[in-house]
Parts: sequence; C-alpha cells; structure tokens
Amino acid sequence: MTKQQANWSPYDNNGGSCVAIAGADYCVIAADTRMSTGYNILTRDYSKICKLADKCVMASSGFQADVRALQKQLAARHLIYQHQHNKQMSCPAMAQLLSNTLYYKRFFPYYSFNVLGGLDNEGKGCVFTYDAVGSYEKVGYSSQGSGSTLIMPFLDNQLKSPSPLLLPAQDAVTPLVEAEAIDLVKTVFASASERDIYTVNKLELVIINAAGIRREYMELRKD
Amino acid sequence: MYPYVTGTSVVALKYKDGILMAADMGGSYGSTLRYKSVERMKPIGKHSLLGASGEISDFQEILRYLDELILYDNMWDDGNSLGPKEVHNYLTRVMYNRRNKFNPLWNSLVLGGVKNGQKYLGTVSMIGVNFEDNHVATGFGNHLARPILRQEWHENLSFENGVRLLEKCMRVLLYRDRSAVNKLQIAKITEDGVTISQPYSLKTYWEFSAFENPAQGAIGSW
Repeated sequence: MTKQQANWSPYDNNGGSCVAIAGADYCVIAADTRMSTGYNILTRDYSKICKLADKCVMASSGFQADVRALQKQLAARHLIYQHQHNKQMSCPAMAQLLSNTLYYKRFFPYYSFNVLGGLDNEGKGCVFTYDAVGSYEKVGYSSQGSGSTLIMPFLDNQLKSPSPLLLPAQDAVTPLVEAEAIDLVKTVFASASERDIYTVNKLELVIINAAGIRREYMELRKD
Repeated sequence: MYPYVTGTSVVALKYKDGILMAADMGGSYGSTLRYKSVERMKPIGKHSLLGASGEISDFQEILRYLDELILYDNMWDDGNSLGPKEVHNYLTRVMYNRRNKFNPLWNSLVLGGVKNGQKYLGTVSMIGVNFEDNHVATGFGNHLARPILRQEWHENLSFENGVRLLEKCMRVLLYRDRSAVNKLQIAKITEDGVTISQPYSLKTYWEFSAFENPAQGAIGSW
C-alpha cells in the first residue's frame, strides 16, 4: 500500500507587486490591485495595502489568505499595544513586530512578501523590507512581489543609496521631493505592467507625510 | 485527501435589488452522476445566501457550523443579526484554519446578501483565499462564466436581465462542463429575504450545422 501523497497545496501565489520609497519628510507606498491565481484573474480591484498604525502602512504581495491573516494579527497586536501604552506604535516598533510575527511561523511560513513604510518618531520617512520568514532591513526604498525583479534594478539606478556598510552610517532616504517620488513610482509601475502579467490593472498609492495619509489611484494597462 | 461527492460551479452577480445566484443540482461521484437533486444554495440567517461547490459532505458540515453561529447570534436577542460581511469573514477564518491544520474543507464558497441596503457578494476558496466583487464564480465558472460577466455585467441590472445573464452563463457551463447537469436553481436575496426557485432546466440547442458531421472535409486524422 503506497503512502497517500498530498494532491493539494496549502499555498497559492496571488501575484502583484509592492513598492515603497522613503523621503526626508514623507513616505510613498504603492501596490497594484489585481488578484490572480495561475493564469486566471480573480478580481481587478483588490487592495494589497493595509494601514497598521497612524504613521505606518504595509503593502504585501504573495498568498492572499496568509497576507490577510498577517494583517489581522498585526492589527490585533497594535490594539493591545494602544490599550497598554496609550499611544500609537511607531513605524520602527511595528517593523520589529512584523519580523517577529513572520519568524514565529518559520516552519510553516506566511507566504507574504512585505514592505513596511511610514514616518519614524522624528517624522522622517522610513521603509523596511522583508522576506517571507522575517529577515528585515531598514532601507531608503524597496520593492517586493512578482514585478520586483523588474522594478528593483530601476529604483537602484534612480535612487542609489549609500552602502549600509559605511561608517559612520549614512542616510538612506532619497533627496527627492514628494511629487518626484510619486512620479517615479508611477513610472516604475507603468514599466512593470508592460512585462509582468501579474502587475496590472490599477495602481494604488498611499502617501504619508506630516499632514496625514492620503490615497491616490492611477490606471495601468489591463491585459 | 480527495473529494468524493462533488458539486460543480456556482455563479453569482449583484443586481439592482440584491444578489442573484445560480447552481445546478448535480452531485457527481467521480465521473458518475450519483445525485440529481442536491441543493447547493442555502439561506443563512436573515441576510445571507451561501452557495458551494466541491465536496458536498463538507458543505453540509459548514451548514452545521453556520447553524450554530446563527443560533448563538439569535440567543443574544439584542435586535442585531449577523450580516453577509460577518458570515463571509467567519467562513474565511474557518476555511483558513482548516487549511492550517492540513485538513481542508474541500469547497469553494460563494456568500451573497443584503443588509441595511448594502449589497455584498464574496467568495472563499478551500485554502482561505477570499475577496468580494460585483460578480463571482467557482470552479469552471471562473473560466467560462466570468468572461461573459466581465463583458455584460453593469450596475443596477434589473431582475429579468440579471436572470437572463445568469442563464447565459449556466448554459455555456452546461455545454462545456462535463460535470454540469441540466437541472438548476436560481436564488435571489434582497432586503426582504431569500427566494430559491424551484428546479428547472435550460433550453439547449444541439442542431448547429457546424457540429453535424464535424470531420467532413478534414484532411488527415484531425
């Protein structure tokens, strides 16, 4: 009697890309709005961006059910934090929490590729980038998801940051102003949607600055 | 882990007054059509309608979970009742948790409803992937019905046009999905409640000349 093999997978890839860019006093987080499975489109209008705290927003691509569960976990932990400390979690604090939450499931991972963006306690933009099991790094810009191989080299070219290995540590945030960074994100997604079948339909941008959070949308090619 | 008795596609769309959902009444046992009167759509509480494809026994188990959920909700006796959004969220958590334990409920669920004038239509898969949209389908319906819906659905469809659109989708599925049967129900849910039609069958046409003697004039083995 042969051992029965599993003929279903607990994971699926629902596609899409996310990008975040940090500036001196703002942070731009963007993601496309398509949800796919294999070569099918499930829906064209699905947000991959989740506001975790007042000045902290996460964009995630990968397996949507895991992404949802992760967002719920973080939102619940944030609520507890607010009850215990009577204040919002800062972006660096949320970054550590996300890393720990991901590593907690090291041996049955959340198939979720995240970029966390927001303002730190001094109001400066910060972006944290993650892999599926929680290893993370504070950077000036990042992209994750199916289009990241197309997007990241372009961002490296336009926003080249000083090496994180330099001493004394140098600032990773981009010198661009907010409008220029938004323009760059739009350009980057327009290019990625030409060649990545999963990064298409609509682009959702979230911009965090001292004034608060605002959302913008841009149409992308839909095929 | 395999499914044994399965139902095929469910198709649903939002229309002017609420949600319309259609599913046929077949329960296949592999390639045999074992059961021909399976009701794959059921009302849940006051505001929701659940349709399921996949393993029928798992669907029945889900109905038992939902019975208990609605019972406890009613026992609060506080004038509030679970709406479709809440039921959909509950189902998503149930499906995802079973997937986490590597013992999934082998279903694709469609949850539609209306509460306080707000229409809601969502779906959950067996591994917990969920979303809401103006029209959804499971299984083969994703391949055959959704392209038709993307082309022809618009806001504020009338009841007649909604039914016509659903029947168009179900007819295509009948022609092309080998596990479809020509005995279906269409369900409607509005602010006033759920109505599930009596089973009926679609008119089909098999006399297209292109399909008569299709190999005539073909060269070679094709």
